[in-house]
Amino acid sequence: MTPQAPPRRDVAIVAFAQTRCRRRTDELSEVEMLMPVLHEVLRRTGLKTGDIGFTCSGSSDYLAGRAFSFTMALDGVGAWPPISESHVEMDGAWALYEAWVRLLTGEADTALVYAYGKSSPGALRKVLTRQLDPYYLAPLWPDSVALAALQAQTLIDAGRADEAALAAVAARSRTAAADNPRAQLTAPTLDGGYVVAPLRTADCPPIGDGAAAVVLAAGDRARRLCPRPAWIRGMDHRTEAHSPGVRDLTDSPSTRQAAERAGAFDRPVDTAELHAPFTSQEIVLRTALGLDDRVAVNPSGGALAANPMMAAGLIRLGEAAARIGRGASDRALAHATSGPCLQQNLVAVLEGDPEGDPGE
Amino acid sequence: MTATPAPGAPLSAPLVVEFPFTRSLGPVQSAFLTGLRERTVLGVRTDAGTVLVPPVEYDPETAGELRDLVRVAPAGTVTTWAWNPAPTSGQPLPTPFAWVLVRLDGADSALLHALDAPGPDAVRTGMRVRIRWAGRRSGAITDIACFEPCRDAPGEDWPRPHSGRFDDPVTGFVAPARLEYTYAPGRAQSAYLHALAERRTVGERCPSCRKVYVPPRGACPTCGVATAEQVEVGPRGTVTTFCIVNIKAKNAAIEVPYVYAHIALDGADLALHGRIGGIPYDRVRMGLRVEPVWTDDGRYPDHYRPTGEPDADYDTYKELL
Repeated sequence: MTPQAPPRRDVAIVAFAQTRCRRRTDELSEVEMLMPVLHEVLRRTGLKTGDIGFTCSGSSDYLAGRAFSFTMALDGVGAWPPISESHVEMDGAWALYEAWVRLLTGEADTALVYAYGKSSPGALRKVLTRQLDPYYLAPLWPDSVALAALQAQTLIDAGRADEAALAAVAARSRTAAADNPRAQLTAPTLDGGYVVAPLRTADCPPIGDGAAAVVLAAGDRARRLCPRPAWIRGMDHRTEAHSPGVRDLTDSPSTRQAAERAGAFDRPVDTAELHAPFTSQEIVLRTALGLDDRVAVNPSGGALAANPMMAAGLIRLGEAAARIGRGASDRALAHATSGPCLQQNLVAVLEGDPEGDPGE
Repeated sequence: MTATPAPGAPLSAPLVVEFPFTRSLGPVQSAFLTGLRERTVLGVRTDAGTVLVPPVEYDPETAGELRDLVRVAPAGTVTTWAWNPAPTSGQPLPTPFAWVLVRLDGADSALLHALDAPGPDAVRTGMRVRIRWAGRRSGAITDIACFEPCRDAPGEDWPRPHSGRFDDPVTGFVAPARLEYTYAPGRAQSAYLHALAERRTVGERCPSCRKVYVPPRGACPTCGVATAEQVEVGPRGTVTTFCIVNIKAKNAAIEVPYVYAHIALDGADLALHGRIGGIPYDRVRMGLRVEPVWTDDGRYPDHYRPTGEPDADYDTYKELL
């Protein structure tokens, strides 16, 4: 596998904001939930909507059962005079990918990326069955926890994990989230009963509503907008077959391939923000990415502490960038996933300029 | 909406999204699902020679078109499982069951389904299971009712050749989907609906451009900022533009032709839409002054009728077209 050619422009994450993830937000419409994070990233960069070269969002109408909700969400952007805009019916990490490509082409110097998900109006486990193959899977209504549990059992059968190891992932994530004011769960939870065995309540992400936004900028523009931009050194996404029965569920070759093409293995990273909604999936991803104990994995608490659908992957990129911005990381890996049992995976490598070096 | 909400409280209401998806089948899917109807399980051979069950139209690795069908056994081996203690509607069994991936004898991939077992202690990876067929079969994955434990040794003589041809093949199916939500419209629209319950129309003003939006959605789509200042508008307004509806909608009680119009309520900077009544359809015009007509149990105006005032001057509403 040949690593991809280096991007011909340097593009960075220069601002990130997220709502606190909450179980319910009945008092807010989607745009009312989203607007504060849009305003926050614009305020931090001093940009106005009219200054943004490209806007891209990720959301899914199925979550709240509201058709064309993303057009309503645009009300919060202020899309007049008309803006250059796009939307993906995926996690916002893929919207960020589209925006990154747009900036690499030189068509824009700045991009606003946002994502939101209100899971509270529906029965999320049932709603997510509707993303499955409509011929062989969806008619059986296999929910998201059931599919993750099938994957977890393959790890247990392979001797790669046991229930204690899964519980340790849950406890570590939620302990880390104590420092994250936006997380939904900020302390270890009781193991609880089996939701779908071998996964217990503690192995599953909390269901919540939330939104996140990121501003990307290219080259000198990024340096002017942010004291320490998180430069995107590489980013790639890869998908595997949809059917869980044709895959080795103990492994994530698509994650490994995306990481390779993003340049993640060229030099060690100090931080990894992994989008692993289920404890077992963190174990699969750690192995696929070859992460050892020297890497801080999910210092934010990860998706086990807050998993707003469609935003949780974008939040991984945002958390990694924020950590670089604070000087707590110099080289971070950010990962996002989509589909059942880690079907599709995106990996980005972010770097800060060396301390004391303006980056020229 | 909720019957008697507290004033100003966020509203919520049940919302059911239900749709029948009509799915057409490719030749491989058609053979597989028709086979299930006939209690025959088919797989497809990939370019690499492996047998996929359930079969797909295109090779997952090479994307090549796959057509080489084979028959596999109705029994197989569990490759992984997960115990579901609380089945929900639509799932294969109403009582607790194991989700399983099963590699049928003769297949190289595994099929997702349910295993009917007395409890998780009766399930393990590697156990032998066989198909329990549904009593009524139509050519769907649910023609397999579920799997059940069995003691059959793995069959040696699978897969077997199969033409994939059946009488009266299934070419499609309708997949119903029903999702239940509790819809909450949020702060701005809740306030609008509360006022409407009192037959008042309340919009919200943008703090930046000062426009009044009716109905309000909580944000100014031009400025991208939150609206909050509530402004009562109407009840009278001006027809800014209109159309004449000549085709009767299914189940609509209104006789055609009738007029559907954009109406700028006095004080609003966005026109809403409504039906115009109380005037022959061919006499409705831009600038016509109208007022709402409520029915006894109406939650919103049934229609708008002329007020008898002189028509509004074009310059007063040209920005609202």
